[in-house]
Amino acid sequence: MNQQLAFALLTLLAAAAFCVLTWRRLSLVRFGKPENRLDHFGRRAWDMLLYAFGQKRVLARPFGVNHFVIFWSFLILLIANSEFIVSGLLPDISLRLLPDYLRGPLLLMFDVVSLLALIAIVLAVVRRLLFKLDTKYVKRRSVEAFLILAFIGLLMVAYFGIHGSEIARGQEPLKGWMPISSLVAQFSGDGAYESWFWWLHAVVLCSFLVFLPISKHMHIMTAIPNSFFARLEKPNTQPREEFAAGNTYGAGKVSDFTWKDLLDSFSCTECGRCQEACPATATNKALNPRQVIHSVKMNLMANAAALESGQEPQVPLIGPEGEATNSIEAIWACTTCGACMESCPVLIEHMPKIIKMRRNLVEMKSEFPDELLNLFENMEQRSNPWGIAPTERTKWHTTMEVKDYVAGETEYLFYIGCAGTFDARQKAVTVAIATVLNIAGVSWGVLGKEEKCCGDSARRLGNEFLFDQMARENVELFTARKVTKVIAACPHCLNTLKNDYRQYGLELEVVHHSELLARLLTEGKIKPTRQVTALGQVLYHDSCYLGRHNGIYDEPRRAIAAVTGAKPVEAARNRENAFCCGAGGGRMWMEEGVGERINVARVGEAIEALGTDPSTVCVACPYCLTMFEDGLKDRDVATIRVMDVAEVVAESLRPVL
Amino acid sequence: MQIVACIKQVPDTTQVQIDPVTNTLVREGIPFIVNPYDTHALETALRLADDLHGRVTAISMGPLNAEATLRRALALGVDRAVLLSDRAFGGADTLATSNVLAAAIRRLNEEDEVGIVLCGKQTIDGDTAQVGPGIATRLGWSQLTLVDRIVNIDLEGRRIRVRRKLEGRHEIVEAPLPVTITVVREINRPRYPTVPMRLLSRERQIEVWDNRVLKIDVRTIGLKGSPTWVSRIFSPQRDMGELIGDGATDPAGAAKLLVEKLLSKDLISL
Repeated sequence: MNQQLAFALLTLLAAAAFCVLTWRRLSLVRFGKPENRLDHFGRRAWDMLLYAFGQKRVLARPFGVNHFVIFWSFLILLIANSEFIVSGLLPDISLRLLPDYLRGPLLLMFDVVSLLALIAIVLAVVRRLLFKLDTKYVKRRSVEAFLILAFIGLLMVAYFGIHGSEIARGQEPLKGWMPISSLVAQFSGDGAYESWFWWLHAVVLCSFLVFLPISKHMHIMTAIPNSFFARLEKPNTQPREEFAAGNTYGAGKVSDFTWKDLLDSFSCTECGRCQEACPATATNKALNPRQVIHSVKMNLMANAAALESGQEPQVPLIGPEGEATNSIEAIWACTTCGACMESCPVLIEHMPKIIKMRRNLVEMKSEFPDELLNLFENMEQRSNPWGIAPTERTKWHTTMEVKDYVAGETEYLFYIGCAGTFDARQKAVTVAIATVLNIAGVSWGVLGKEEKCCGDSARRLGNEFLFDQMARENVELFTARKVTKVIAACPHCLNTLKNDYRQYGLELEVVHHSELLARLLTEGKIKPTRQVTALGQVLYHDSCYLGRHNGIYDEPRRAIAAVTGAKPVEAARNRENAFCCGAGGGRMWMEEGVGERINVARVGEAIEALGTDPSTVCVACPYCLTMFEDGLKDRDVATIRVMDVAEVVAESLRPVL
Repeated sequence: MQIVACIKQVPDTTQVQIDPVTNTLVREGIPFIVNPYDTHALETALRLADDLHGRVTAISMGPLNAEATLRRALALGVDRAVLLSDRAFGGADTLATSNVLAAAIRRLNEEDEVGIVLCGKQTIDGDTAQVGPGIATRLGWSQLTLVDRIVNIDLEGRRIRVRRKLEGRHEIVEAPLPVTITVVREINRPRYPTVPMRLLSRERQIEVWDNRVLKIDVRTIGLKGSPTWVSRIFSPQRDMGELIGDGATDPAGAAKLLVEKLLSKDLISL
């Protein structure tokens, strides 16, 4: 009776502490701005099943199996632990009330998963000891991490201790269902230690309950809802802003984020996958996506008292480097490649938060790297990043006849894009695309001098005001010219036309030239006159805005294979896991003075895959083209050339002499 | 103290073409921008006003659509914007222009003492670099041109010291206030308007002063007050170049020939 009373007191205290602590943290989410994440219930429920319960992303890495085991053991053992608590309070109520044919299999399951969990815990400890993945504020080898593992491990040990003792004392008629506990029983003597194990289990369980809401292990409560509330689309567009007097823009303080942004921060268990995927982190920049999410959580908690008393947050969200703060350097280091989000097992949205902070810097404070002043002025005044006169937009086709787009007569608008119009190297790609389209008999036309910059860089750099202006102009132009089908040579244009302009009511059918070329090759509309062999091995590098942001992986590869007769070579990191060239998110227009250059790092991966024989890196984006050519020069490699998919296809159409 | 920034709306000259038949600028559809040098003058004015707790007034002479330029100045933070616009001001050369600007500055000075007038070193359409010095002369003030740094201002002693950027050297000079300064691009990085300021600038009032306000003798302004006029605009003929050697078969010989020619013209030295 005394034991019962003591246990009741303990559980009551633990439960109360758990409720108070959980509420104190989770209720802070209410300080976020509203955002609708309740639409498409079915899809959300499916995502939750797939990512939370199915652990899809967790299993994408080999060691993920270990987590899968722990997660499912936890779920299954919830039954055993519930029984433990209920029968601890009311000894008459336990699983023993069930018929043997039900309880037997249950006991077998508990026995097996407890062992599996114990093994997984040991492996997790070993992994933490062997592989370090620490940053200044977030550590894999933290006391917290080991404590959590110890709690789970001790629960398993106690479980076997209790049941081993029970069997040893002959109190378990169904011991035949419990192979591991039976084994333990052989070492349990007369089972005299049962109450010790029982109390160990009770104390650890209650401690764990209290520790949960104050540790990163809180993710076991938040990750499942976070998967439900996750964004349903790829992160290829950013929310619009409403420009009106009195409004503020972007996130300058933690309460400028939405509730979902804040929930994200409580869902992170600091596994570090985003950090391993991030090109900025890999090249020693100030940015670490894991720290960005950590900073949101720490900032929210540091400002909790102020927010609760209705005051402005005191600890700055953007400021000098610190655990609860994001440095200016970190915010500008992001290439918006999306690798962090692609890798996150619990679907946290890192990149949009960085863009929100950029918006605040640009739109509220006019604080941005010096290089961007010219870019913004050029985009605003001359509608291209270089500031070249719009009258020069037709100069790329001095060597060929090009028709204007006329609705009803022309099928596709070929949206050349600023790089294809003005960049000397990319102009050759534009000509290659135009030539191949003509050979294939595609009906296409251009906007000529009327074409304007799509505004991608402005949006990704947080200059939403400028983007909004450019988007409106383009939407008006496209509507007036009755454009419906577009060929884009630049994945950034493609993404902006296809995904960003949709927010302005413009639905376009946008196809990347590599998609179109692949289709024309399959349909036999492009008939190669020769197999392209002179380029050596061809490696295909995925553009982030074509691949991760728009899911176009196979078409460019198919086009290359069709004309070279061989599947393209792959870099070690490819497709969903591809490593950025370093130019996305407006980084194209900024200096990269810290650490290794991202393009040089990526070129290193290409060299590793291609070896020293003459070979080719095939790209599908003007930024990638520039970054690879520069990176190869930087590494002084002359055996690799860089070509666009269209140029590789054009090679196959050269007349045989 | 009031600081006046003179700014001009100019056609984006990178986009201007000359009509080969009429020899005039083709201005149709060419966007207008703030004269780039003037953005640096404006920035200097705003920074000085911050330091000296002064007020900035931006003035611009031009047609009514030059209002956009002043709106931009308001978005950047000037306290007051005045557009000097009258048909009588049209067709002005640099002398007549400086007469109008000087008259406006005198009027502003009557309301609130003007200590410093800032201009860009020149405009990208006329490229004369005469208006800034012209204003100083009309006002009878000192002129400090081609300034790339304000070294210091002594308000009590009413003196200003600046650094001028000359070819191959710098010059530190000092002058009594009030003063007219023209600046070069190196002096600063102009600020970028915040969104709230942009939105606010749309609501702000831009004063328009015509000659009924300024009451300048009409013989000294506009076309009548302009002793210079443009007789012809044309693109200079480029001298024909010369093909040097046969680079395809004898690159070393061609290079040698090139070096000799450059040496003989004193374009390079050993």
